[in-house]
Parts: sequence; structure tokens; C-alpha cells
Amino acid sequence: MALEKEKAKEDTVVKIKVDHVCKCYEKNAAATENTKIRVKNISKQFEEEKKDLLFSDNINPDAVIGGDKSAYVLRDVNLEIREGEFHIFLGASGCGKSTLLNIIAGFLETTDGAVFLDGVPVTKPGPERGVVFQNADSSLFPWLSVKKNVEYGLKVKHVAKAERSKIAQECIDLVGLSGNEKKHPIELSGGMKQRVQIARSIASDPEILIMDEPFGALDAQTRRVLQDELIRIWKATGKTILFVTHDIQEAVYLGEKISIFSAAPDAQIVKQVEVPYDYPRELDNEAVSEFTRGVHEALDKAIYAHGREPVDKSNLTKTR
Amino acid sequence: MKKNFTKIGTYILKSSIVTWILLLLIWTLAAKYNTPDFLPNPKVTWDGFLEVLKKGVLWADIKISIQRVLLGFLRGALIAVPLGLLIGRFKVFKWLFEPFISFFRFVPAIGFLSLFLMWFGIGEESKLALITYAVIFPVTVNTIAGVAGIDPVKYQAAESLGASRLQSFLTVTIPGAVPNIFTGLRLGLSSAIISIVGAEMLAASEGLGYLIYTSRMYYRTDWIFVGIVVLGLIGFFADKLLRKVAAGAFRYYGVVDK
Repeated sequence: MALEKEKAKEDTVVKIKVDHVCKCYEKNAAATENTKIRVKNISKQFEEEKKDLLFSDNINPDAVIGGDKSAYVLRDVNLEIREGEFHIFLGASGCGKSTLLNIIAGFLETTDGAVFLDGVPVTKPGPERGVVFQNADSSLFPWLSVKKNVEYGLKVKHVAKAERSKIAQECIDLVGLSGNEKKHPIELSGGMKQRVQIARSIASDPEILIMDEPFGALDAQTRRVLQDELIRIWKATGKTILFVTHDIQEAVYLGEKISIFSAAPDAQIVKQVEVPYDYPRELDNEAVSEFTRGVHEALDKAIYAHGREPVDKSNLTKTR
Repeated sequence: MKKNFTKIGTYILKSSIVTWILLLLIWTLAAKYNTPDFLPNPKVTWDGFLEVLKKGVLWADIKISIQRVLLGFLRGALIAVPLGLLIGRFKVFKWLFEPFISFFRFVPAIGFLSLFLMWFGIGEESKLALITYAVIFPVTVNTIAGVAGIDPVKYQAAESLGASRLQSFLTVTIPGAVPNIFTGLRLGLSSAIISIVGAEMLAASEGLGYLIYTSRMYYRTDWIFVGIVVLGLIGFFADKLLRKVAAGAFRYYGVVDK
């Protein structure tokens, strides 16, 4: 009798467990269906950078001179970005969020783990991952006009001239640079240069737009304008956007989902928050500013996670 | 009115007229206390200039010197620019050629004169080889520096836009190195002129170097001065021309050269 009762109990437990597993499985399957980017168990240390044997690489801008190279910048990071999502990486300067971005872009190799784009592992840079760099002066080609800069990605893919010109013009119009096609980067303001970068990336019709603090160097007014423009472009194109920033307000203003990073070494994504507000958002709104405070606290907690003091970065210098 | 004067004043200073007048003044003064054989004054030099001009030798000398410089310069540049680009971008070329460059660039062209005369004969070829040699090093070294100075983010941008490594060499490395290539060409030009004069002094029967050297035997110090002034003027205007071309190429690089 007691035995029967025991067995019945066990059955229910098993049933519940199975149900749970099935649910999880379903959830996972649903997640994979529209997952654009999946970051799986990524760790990164700069100790064993693979050197290119053929090309002189002044590349690897994130390699750190001095400091402990055997330390892990990122440790076991997992992440999923849905298709069409506006995803934010939020973290303090030097926390490794740009390193993860460079790995996703294909500029850096992982020490452990992998990145998958639509289920396919990422090994090198590619036009399906458009990158908008922090510093437009570094990334734009000063010897080419705005139009030629935007056409670049199409030209290297040997798209016919008329087609190229048409697409480039559409992208230039989309970012609001009409009338500036013949100008060169040196003749443009900082905000306009970032618009050129965005247009240049979008012209290649990427699956995802990766942006590394693109508005960090702009004045407050221009930044606000470009943030609104970016939301407009995102809505118009439906692209997945991965946006790195250390500006909490920018994160809340732009993002659908915010991944909060702890500080390096051994940085991880310690928390993810969904921003539940419709666009355009008003940061002055009481609920939104309360939410922003919450993100602020979460970030503070993340940085001082594991009772660790923030790392002194003053003796670390970037190469170039 | 006052503003206008300042404007004209600045213009005169900028046009370097003052510098030239000052030079002529010092020259005249120094010549006053010396015999014309030792240091001829500008007037005597001018007369000497008219004399060699009338004899027809000056034009011939100028022509042959410029011809040698231009041909050698062109040949040197055609070798040095691609070489510099390859050394700058590809490690294999760097490993193969850089020690070579670092070694020979400290051996002046004139050091090779006797060898080149033996190898290429006393005709034009030995002089051309000499200039080519002289031009290669400054141009190569500056081109390498230009390639090394290209912001790595530009390569990242090109690759993330789908460019292959070869395409990024053609569309980023080459245009990106242009400002330094021009700096190299300017230095190469001056080193070409320097070496041709040396070569013509020692092993030629015409040319400005020959004029300067042989004038000594006739005790025509004024002709030596004519040769020196003409050489300076050729270099001066050639450099001006190169800078003008460079300014067009530099326009959008954010490199100001005025």
C-alpha cells in the first residue's frame, strides 16, 4: 500500500520533470527559430593571439600592452539576440563589451566558445555583419566621396555600376545625407560622418548592424538627433542592431533589450533587462526615469560583482 | 588702408621675395671684399651666365641633366613604390627585402659610381642606374612608412564590407599610402639631383655637374656659380611642381601642405 503510494508519487514527479523538459525544449526551439546571433560559452584572453603569416597586421586594436595577458577579458559568456531586435551591450569602459563585439564582427578569435549567425559559426568578418565603428575618421575612406564610400561594399562584390549607384543613393537618402554625395569625409561634420558609416553598412544589406559606441564622440544635441534617426532607420529597415554603449540613458532610450556587463577580468553578462516602453521614449517620463535608475543600480552592482573593486585601467594603454 | 598694407606685407613675406633679396645682398657684400676669381658678385655671375648661354653649352648641359634626372627618377619610382607597398603590407616581402633596404640605403649612390661605370659602361646607362639607385631608397622607405601608418580600422571596415585581402590591398593600402609616397618622391627627386651632379663631375662630358667641374680648370669661378644657381633653380621648381601635384592628391586626406 505504502509502496503503491510511493510509486504514484514518483510517477507524478517524473511526469512533472518531463513536462518541464518538454516545455524548455519547446521554448528553446522557439528561441532558435528567430535567433539571429547566438553567443555560446565565449571566453577570451589575449595571450595567444593568432598572428597572420602573410599580412603585416597592425590589426588587433584591442590587444592590451602591459597588464596581465593571461587574464580572461571575457569568461563563459552566453547570449542570444533575436531577429530584428535592438540589443544593447551596456558596461563600464574597458569591461570587454567591445571585445565581444569584435568577436561577433569576426575581427577577433575566441579563446573558447563560438558565435553563430543563423546557426552558422562566425570565423571572419563578412558583409552580413555591417559594422559602424566608434571613430568615423578611422573607418571612412577619406580619398573617396560620400557616394563612393557608400558604394564600396557593392563595388568589391562587383555589383553593376547602375545598380550600385541606385542602392547607394537610396541609403544616402535613408540616412538623410541627400545633396552631400560628392563631398568627401573631411568636408563633413562628426554627425554626418557617422551617417555615412551607417549608410555604407546598410548598402551591403547586412543581417545585423553592429555599432561600437558610434555616438560617443558627438555633442549632446547631435547625439540626440542621431539616436532618433537610428530608431527611424531601424524601424524602416527592420535590421537587427547590436549597439555598444556605456551611457545608461542612451541604452534605455534606444534598446529593446539591454545586456549588462560586469567588469573585466572575467567579464560576463550578469543581467539582461527588456525595456518595456514604446518608441519614441521620453527619458523625463517618471516611469522611464525610475526604470533608468534601476538599470543604473544593476550596472553598479554588476561592476562591483563578487565584492571586487573596479580594476585600475590607468596603466593599460591601447595599441593605436 | 592700414589693413591693406598688412595684407601686402604678409603677401611679400610669404612670396619669399625678401629672402631672395637678402641672399643677393649678402652675396654682393661678401663679394665686395673678395676678388671675382675667389667669389664673383651677382653681376659678374650674370655676365658669365649670358656668356655660357650664348656659347650654347648651358642649354645643352641643362637639357641632358634634366633628362637624366627625369628618366632615372621615373625608373626609380616605378620600382620603389610597388616595392614599398609590398614590403609594407606583406610579411614575406618585409622579411626578404627590408634588411636589404636598411643596408644599402646607407651606401650613397656615388659610392657605386666606379662599379656602375664598369658594369654599364661610360654611356648614359651608368648614370641612369646611379639615379635609379639613389631614388629607390627614400621612396621605398617612405612608402613603407605610409603603409604602416594606415589605420587598421580601415582594413577592418573594408573586410566587414566584404573586401578580400587582395581587394583591401588595392583599395585601402595603395590609396592610403599616397601622402607618404609623395613625400618619398620629393626626397627621391632631391637625391636624384644630388647624385647626377656627382656622377657628371666624375664621369661625363656634358651636364651641369660637368660644367661646374670643368669651369674650375678654366678658372671661371663665375661659371661655377652659374651652375650652382641653375641647379638650385631646377630643384626649386621641380619640387614646387611636385608639391602642386601632391596638393591635388592630398586634398581630402586631412594632410595640409602649404
